[in-house]
Amino acid sequence: MYEKHLMICGATGCLSSGSAKVHQALVEELAKHKLEKKCRLVMTGCPGFCEVGPIIVIYPDEVFYCRLKPQDIPELVEKHLLGGEIVERLLYKGPDVDAPARFYDTIPFYRKQKFNVLRNSGIIDPENIDEYIMRGGYRALSRALKMEPMEIIDEVKRSGLRGRGGAGFPTGLKWEFTYKAVGDKKYVVCNADEGDPGAFMDRSILEGDPHAVLEGMLIAARAIGSDEGYIYCRAEYPLAIKRLKTAIAQAEEYGFVGENILGYGFNFKFNIKEGAGAFVCGEETALLASIEGKRGMPRPRPPFPATSGLWGKPTVINNVETYANIPLILREGGLEEFVKIGTEGSKGTKVFALAGKIRNTGLCEVPMGITLREIIFDIGGGIKGGREFKAVQAGGPSGGCIPAEKLDLPVDYDSLTQAGAIMGSGGLVVMDDRTCMVDLARYFLSFTQKESCGKCIPCREGTKRMLEILERITEGLGKPDDLDRLQELASTIKDSALCGLGQTCPNPVLSTIRYFRHEYEEHINEKFCRSGVCKSLFDYFIDPELCNGCTRCARICPVGAISGERKETHVIDPEICTRCGSCVERCRQEAIKVTRVRREADVNH
Amino acid sequence: MSTIKLTIDGRQVEVEPGTTILEAARKLGIDIPTFCHDPELAPNGACRICVVEVEKARALVASCSAPVAPDMVVYTESERVVQARKAILRLILANHPLDCITCEKTGECKLQDYCYRYGISESDFEGEVKDLPLDDTNPFYIRDMNKCILCGRCVGRCQEINGAGAIDFINRGFNTVVGPAYGDPIEKSSCVFCGMCVDVCPVGALVPKAGIGKGRPWEVKKVKTICPYCGTGCSLYLHVKDGCIIGASPDFDGPANRGHLCSKGRFGWDFVHSEDRLTKPLIKKDGVFVEASWDEALDLVAEKVRDLIKRYGPDSLMGLSSAKATNEENYLFQKLMRSLGTNNVDHCARL
Repeated sequence: MYEKHLMICGATGCLSSGSAKVHQALVEELAKHKLEKKCRLVMTGCPGFCEVGPIIVIYPDEVFYCRLKPQDIPELVEKHLLGGEIVERLLYKGPDVDAPARFYDTIPFYRKQKFNVLRNSGIIDPENIDEYIMRGGYRALSRALKMEPMEIIDEVKRSGLRGRGGAGFPTGLKWEFTYKAVGDKKYVVCNADEGDPGAFMDRSILEGDPHAVLEGMLIAARAIGSDEGYIYCRAEYPLAIKRLKTAIAQAEEYGFVGENILGYGFNFKFNIKEGAGAFVCGEETALLASIEGKRGMPRPRPPFPATSGLWGKPTVINNVETYANIPLILREGGLEEFVKIGTEGSKGTKVFALAGKIRNTGLCEVPMGITLREIIFDIGGGIKGGREFKAVQAGGPSGGCIPAEKLDLPVDYDSLTQAGAIMGSGGLVVMDDRTCMVDLARYFLSFTQKESCGKCIPCREGTKRMLEILERITEGLGKPDDLDRLQELASTIKDSALCGLGQTCPNPVLSTIRYFRHEYEEHINEKFCRSGVCKSLFDYFIDPELCNGCTRCARICPVGAISGERKETHVIDPEICTRCGSCVERCRQEAIKVTRVRREADVNH
Repeated sequence: MSTIKLTIDGRQVEVEPGTTILEAARKLGIDIPTFCHDPELAPNGACRICVVEVEKARALVASCSAPVAPDMVVYTESERVVQARKAILRLILANHPLDCITCEKTGECKLQDYCYRYGISESDFEGEVKDLPLDDTNPFYIRDMNKCILCGRCVGRCQEINGAGAIDFINRGFNTVVGPAYGDPIEKSSCVFCGMCVDVCPVGALVPKAGIGKGRPWEVKKVKTICPYCGTGCSLYLHVKDGCIIGASPDFDGPANRGHLCSKGRFGWDFVHSEDRLTKPLIKKDGVFVEASWDEALDLVAEKVRDLIKRYGPDSLMGLSSAKATNEENYLFQKLMRSLGTNNVDHCARL
């Protein structure tokens, strides 16, 4: 009999911070102390708090250990498992807690979260169907099997669930269209081609709770009358694919997948299609083309997939997170619970990936309607290094930048759109005062230009010209009419591009111009980048008031541009300096500042 | 099913459900520009030059692919539409050689026509311009991908109609090009040189070699005829200038081929003016072919035929005719053979 359950995060975030080695150390240490029969070790999905990984949660003691290293394991085993004593030094500590926090409920990162979609992630063994069932899994399916298709669809409609892939189309309505569409065969497709930079919500759901997605798809299939489904998952998510395959095999064994499911005469078969890495394949028509073996390029809609989708058949295509919500809505009493959360137009929760200059990077699930300030400061712990918050990019390359004055915006589909961003799939990239907004717009444009499928002229050629203008501005070659040209191009692309990606790709540029126009003007007219990012548009100098002559900057400088005696003010030679920024990172006094470039003309006068 | 009524540019029109806005507008004689639209292909919606303004629609709508809806109100030349078309043309020109003076397509180039229509003479965007090598190693046509505007009609025809699948889109973003797999030259691909891509290219990216430098479109007389190569009876136009055939193009209204041709009908006309072509009969005298008059030659044939029939009977004869002769001529030829008493007649048509 197991006495303790050790849940170690085996999702990609913690794996990259070394959880596999920690796991190995635990296996060895448990064996050494002959504890294998008493302690059950489980590689779980993501509990969200990637910043402090690798994470182990020990049940039934309810202790959350973080930032673990293999060398911590002997102590953990010795003291906690053998001695029954909590190892305080391995608990969560941070500026947001007075004392080391023992479990989820005392860690500020988790306090304002609401776990719906991530209800099982980090709690269960994602490779064991029994654990999913124990947590209420497949009950919604068995309930749905007893319902008429339109009853299922009505419940989904009444839940107000909107597509979590970004555009927020009402899911129930989409199902109804597909149910009513005429076709001898219908498909259910899951869009798991998560491609926004910094976004990993779908990956975490697939890695942490794959059965929830399968159950959601099965219910969709029952509702629309489909017997076959595809999960289009990017090949860069090997762990998600492995866990999906395991989950499908187990569900088949249990009679949830295959022929005559649970004796209701309902058949369903899953296929997994691995994406080859094109961002545009997240667009539904491009995704369907890719499944068909064609080049992933969007096609005009209508016809919408609901009437003519995969191989011309009526197809429901939803995102991973959307499907993961379905079992919650369809289980007994689930609908009533579901609609309690969220705002008028946006029901339920949303998973966000926190990335960028935020202290607590990771994954969080919050009720719709929460403010950005709560997400970024209460959950995210504010800005790294205590710097100043500047903006947050919501919705990835199709989204927009939201400035500090909009931080109290409630997060839902409609308010984000009004602010010039989009809900998108849920990536939040936080920026501090050292982020240049022009450079940020340039980065996102370079991404969309590279990932443009090349089909329609406004996107293919238009983003290229926008990118070129932005590149010029960041190189100090901006012209006074560049802003007008950018806005003109952006409006043409928004108005005339073929697909959702093209129509939204000018958003990062438009929103940064809207909220940070002065930064663009400073780049263009004054040739100055006050954030210290665009290398030709600033110099570094050392503030003599702050410099204490510690020599750290001079020692790190790779090109020998900094001179000065110990305990005396140091000086940077701008002619030699490459503006790599190493000295800024190194200086403890924050004495290295950004200043305008001294130009020939200034010197002569 | 009942018809759908809608308003285009203030005029009412009634069409069948499923009709596109473009088709409905054409019914009214309204000319909406198109690059990528091809009535034989699935709607592509790539070039966006056909965008129109539809009341209550969020963005502009590609008329080539958007179906009509009841009571739809469409504007095909509103300020917003014209602004978008101009921007699209400027974006194309920014990445397109302005060598119209020597371009073979001048005069029948859609890009030229639309730039003229919307008053776009050059692009004001600075920046990278495509610089791709010319693919001119095959004998039939030149592929100049610097002129390609990636409308995709060639790809659609090659994949959906011919089925050769020789070309597709390659790369992404600004680097997208149309070409055979692995960037191979076209003759190393599965191309069968049907020339369908050349016929639908709206710009000068695909140009038949035979006519290069031989005449401008407005100097060329297009003579409608039936292809003599085989029995299909494809309708085509021979491009004639100064009594010489300098090219051919399919007849899109031809009942047998509806705009399709094979490589022979599309490109195989060099024999007409070939120096090697026999225009007078030759008679072998003392082991050497010597020019003769038609009377002389026909007399010789008649005499030999008569002699053979007399000595060995009519089945000692066999007639083999040419596929390049017309069907009528071939019909007459077999008649002739049968009147000589034999059914030994054949024809070299092999396609």
